[in-house]
Amino acid sequence: MSRIDREDVERVARLARLRLSDEEAAEMTADLDRILGYVDLLEEVSTEGVEPTAHVIPLATPLRDDVPAEELPPEVAVANAPASEGTAFAVPKVLDDEAEG
Amino acid sequence: MSFRPDYEVVIGLEVHVQLRTRTKLFSTAAVSYGDEPNHHTTPVCLALPGALPVLNGQAVELAVRAGIATNCEVHPRSIFARKNYFYPDLPKGYQISQFEEPLATGGWLDVEFEDEKGELTTKRVGITRIHMEEDAGKSLHDGSAVDSHIDLNRAGVPLIEIVSEPDMRSPAEAGAYLRKLRAILRTVEASDADMEKGQFRCDANVSLRRHGDTQLGTRTETKNVNSFRFVEAAIEAEVERQARCLDEGEEIRQATLGYDADADRLFVMRMKENADDYRYFPDPDLIPLVIEEARIEQIRAGLPELPDRRRARLADEHGLTAAEAAKLVASAALADFFESAVAAGAPARAAAHWLTREVAACLNERDLEIEATALVPDAFASLLELVETGRLTARSARELLPELLEGGGDPAALVSERGLEAVSDEGALEVLADEVLASNPKAIASYRDGDKKSLNFLMGQVMKKTQGKADPARVRQILAGKLDGS
Repeated sequence: MSRIDREDVERVARLARLRLSDEEAAEMTADLDRILGYVDLLEEVSTEGVEPTAHVIPLATPLRDDVPAEELPPEVAVANAPASEGTAFAVPKVLDDEAEG
Repeated sequence: MSFRPDYEVVIGLEVHVQLRTRTKLFSTAAVSYGDEPNHHTTPVCLALPGALPVLNGQAVELAVRAGIATNCEVHPRSIFARKNYFYPDLPKGYQISQFEEPLATGGWLDVEFEDEKGELTTKRVGITRIHMEEDAGKSLHDGSAVDSHIDLNRAGVPLIEIVSEPDMRSPAEAGAYLRKLRAILRTVEASDADMEKGQFRCDANVSLRRHGDTQLGTRTETKNVNSFRFVEAAIEAEVERQARCLDEGEEIRQATLGYDADADRLFVMRMKENADDYRYFPDPDLIPLVIEEARIEQIRAGLPELPDRRRARLADEHGLTAAEAAKLVASAALADFFESAVAAGAPARAAAHWLTREVAACLNERDLEIEATALVPDAFASLLELVETGRLTARSARELLPELLEGGGDPAALVSERGLEAVSDEGALEVLADEVLASNPKAIASYRDGDKKSLNFLMGQVMKKTQGKADPARVRQILAGKLDGS
């Protein structure tokens, strides 16, 4: 049984704003299926009582003091943008239905 | 609820609160308001390649304070996660938030509000969770017809999101919850919670169900309402809209709404056909946030007196009613003012009475907090003293109040300047009473025939002659003495 189908790939591609051709989608479905199959190997290991590992470093996150430091000059901040207006980034007009999600 | 008795209204609130820090959550750029676009950014804010987040310790401390103050369990370990979505004001393509292991869970607030009968009621509203996250930038749509402009000054500003249980049953309860929450956050100085600056923003989830139903109805979410009054109005409008749909047998469709305060109207921002899919996963750039239990206890011990405890103390120490004490502590500034006035010699119960009624009414009318007025506790104490000692009638004091709030000044001086002294000279009152009686034989006759209301008329005549500057109770005594005695 396949672990991932064409529909899953298309949905994830849409969420990631990727446009896949038919060929690419088919290729991607097969690739992802193989990758998930490889990951399935891990299912064979018993993880009873083991906490999910999000990070392998046995450290707590370091905290920083709340002190402002050097900021980018605004002209530098927008320097690499394809378009800017004053010190604002300019982007194609945003439509409401593109908001979040 | 009175306006839709056939349905039960179910309200849950999500509040985004800006923490009171100098720098952003993961970058050393300054937190600012109203500055020119992109004047406060670092490579982290812009998501430049290779830039890595470093967590602001002060933001963590303030979030812990908020958690403790709302009776949450603060977890010694929490995890930052990426919430993935695309929008131009979100440079990384994800927001750093917390998902599966938030900072704090399982809290509650006791919320006081007036029920339909105008009686003070207390209700416990559950708090599901508090998590830390970063704010997005700002999209400016009005600058040009073809472009939107993006300002990233706000991108990365530290927020906490406080999610309530769906425990509220009316707009008034929701309003009371928000006011209480804001008062607490300001008391512990976790946030300035200035609503006009967007530091306290509310999303309201609203659904209706028939009384007795145990399942929740389909809900809608009204986004980013930024005043208490608008939240209540927006919820009321949404309840009305859903009730009309249900009356017609229509289904409620899941949607995200916006509220147009000018038109008192909701508009659909988007319909939600599918559940949001943010593909959360632990942020590989950030290892777990660990706060020692001892540190949490240290923060707890350092918190100032919270509104609930203060209310109990004020009621207890000064013999105030529960309603008065609740109204005083609803604004920390008002409660501070009360305590200063009492320290300056004001009689406590009179002070509470005046502050929660006359003064509160004046403040409401002007939409002001007490500290923004020219009235100082010392002057307020001497105003009350003038009333207590009978030198000023309550009526004259009420009339003087707006002037003291706007222009300040010494009440005693104002009273003599204006000739507002109460007529308390017994001899003078006797003479006035005699004059009134002499010119109103009819009223005297009907009083003696048993029409006791005639006394009110006679009293009114005497008060008029003193221009309202006599103690009405004393005038009544004098008149009654003359009528019943002779």
